[in-house]
Amino acid sequence: MSTELVLQYLVAGLTYGTIYAVVGVGFNIIYNATGIINFAQGEFVMLGGMTAVTLHGLVPLPLAIAGAVLVTMAVGALIEVTFIRWLQRPSVLRMIIITIGISIMIREAALLLWGESVRALPYFTGNEVSSLSLGGVHVSPQVLWSLAACLVIVAFLRVFFRHTAAGRQMRACAANRDAAALCGVPTRNLVTLSFVLSAGIGALAGCVVSPITYTSYGIGAGLAIKGFTVAILGGLGNSTAAVAAGFIVGVLESLSVSLLPAAYKDAISVTILLAILFVRPSGIFGSAEVARLEAR
Amino acid sequence: MNRFMLSAAALALAASSQAGAQGKEPLRIGALLAVTGPASFLGAPEARTLEMLVEDLNAKGGVDGRRVELVLKDTGGNPEKAISFAKQLIEEDRVFAIIGPATSGETIAVKPIAEEAKTILLSCAAAEVIVNPVLAHVFKVAPKDSYAAEMIFRRMQKMGVKRIGMLSSNTGFGKAGKEQVEKLAPAHGIEIAVSEVYDKAATDLTAEVTKLKAASVQAILNWSIEPAQAIVIKNARQIGLAVPIFQSHGFANIQYAKAAGAAAEGVMFPASRVVVADALAATDRQKPVVTAYKKAYEARYKEDVSTFGGHAWDALGILVRAVKEAGLEREKVRSAIENMKGFVGTAGVFDFTPADHNGLAIDAFEMLTVRDGKFVVLGP
Repeated sequence: MSTELVLQYLVAGLTYGTIYAVVGVGFNIIYNATGIINFAQGEFVMLGGMTAVTLHGLVPLPLAIAGAVLVTMAVGALIEVTFIRWLQRPSVLRMIIITIGISIMIREAALLLWGESVRALPYFTGNEVSSLSLGGVHVSPQVLWSLAACLVIVAFLRVFFRHTAAGRQMRACAANRDAAALCGVPTRNLVTLSFVLSAGIGALAGCVVSPITYTSYGIGAGLAIKGFTVAILGGLGNSTAAVAAGFIVGVLESLSVSLLPAAYKDAISVTILLAILFVRPSGIFGSAEVARLEAR
Repeated sequence: MNRFMLSAAALALAASSQAGAQGKEPLRIGALLAVTGPASFLGAPEARTLEMLVEDLNAKGGVDGRRVELVLKDTGGNPEKAISFAKQLIEEDRVFAIIGPATSGETIAVKPIAEEAKTILLSCAAAEVIVNPVLAHVFKVAPKDSYAAEMIFRRMQKMGVKRIGMLSSNTGFGKAGKEQVEKLAPAHGIEIAVSEVYDKAATDLTAEVTKLKAASVQAILNWSIEPAQAIVIKNARQIGLAVPIFQSHGFANIQYAKAAGAAAEGVMFPASRVVVADALAATDRQKPVVTAYKKAYEARYKEDVSTFGGHAWDALGILVRAVKEAGLEREKVRSAIENMKGFVGTAGVFDFTPADHNGLAIDAFEMLTVRDGKFVVLGP
């Protein structure tokens, strides 16, 4: 295999990795605030893409994306306030079932609202056939847009969780909700904020990947599975790790296609996930100590 | 549960009260269609077509003085669901005949059930194996995939293409198409250098097309019905793979060409004439049928007609004609379909025989291409 081809496979892996990562980071915020996985995260991604496509019929692209992010954030807030806020000490299992229920509800509502047809935002730069050529290796500009969005999100989250009061309170809230409340942290508001943030980030992801993957009412579950995989693989709660794990899975999948039939691609990524979790149950970058503390 | 089932239920309610007034049992027809899910490109226009036609039929007094009652089930493209809905239609709703399923995988799952219950099944799916070997009660109205492959190979020979890369999705349609292509390629002097199968929910196929590029293929042939067929042509062009791209007849929905935008230009595929209704010669036997269907469908649903909705038009049309000829005894209707000649439908002119439960010849297909975002006739 020539160097050029190896690089082209790496670029393909980068494309997959970006899609997985940008969806995967969304899982971490609600986890950081509540310690649960939001199974409706994929639906936030879908809602963002679909809303942006609809708005794009009326306003220019940047406004449509901003509008879609705001609309989805509002939906995130509404969902938290309606279904989760009033629960007294919900168990993890109960929360999982509630978020699965919410995901089905959003999906069906989207089906009623938009029908079953497949849509896409236009490419942010260029069109369906344009690509940047770097020494014989081609990459679609949209992949770079997604990558940039991914990095911006990660940088934002890093600053938010480490250097702002709200972010630190959110982490405190996840570590020990009672203690946080005793220290005067408004835990309920923070959980609402975590839904709003993760809905917004999901929606932004939905917008940037929509020209590549297309979007339709049912796309959420498929995207969420891979996003969830990389979030777990990286170590839950750590956005930078989720992105790194996204690229690892993407590149391995892509390289596996070069050697084996492409039909095994997904089997390979699941095998990697299992193998890594056997050795490191808290993810590649997760700390075993933290996992033990949280599992107490 | 969704709006289609609700509207079907409302229709059923209206139909039963009407039938009571007329004193005759309604003619109850089941439909198993992937109205939602990854194959909704097929099932949704089929369901809309059936709803439109049944309404028209009833407005004109029904069939043989009976109201037609449509019992529509949304399978979501899932063979397991198709099986349980088929049993429900046969055992609980006691339908006279079933139209669908829309996909090959579902039809293959459902056909033994229909055969055992002696219920006529008019499948809207493509795979050859649905009617080969022939089962007495199983028919299909979509043209065979072997004819589609044959049309593509003829075009490739004409262009001097000898070495191709094949891509297909992991669905019944993709698998059946892959088998036919692999079977027929050697006879046309065409070598399949790489053959890759991808997941039906694939969101990006850059690695797969890179593999085709590495194998220096002269053309790409993709066989699927999902949005992935629009993704694959984008990815091929993005990595600078400039070879001709062929698609199966699954591409015959303008939404795919629109979704792929500039990348769809020049893609070649076989399709029935309904998608180029306006461009047909006035002497074409199908012209009046396809233009009437196109006009009615597009006026009502404000979306472009596809070959798939046409399959539902053909299935219901064939069934209604057989009932008019043979009455309401199921075995007689079955035999009327089996011996029906010269039914001019949207997919072609159907001439059934007891050995051929498809009834379409290779001339049902026309090679089309995409030019300026529209389907145009390419010629053989």
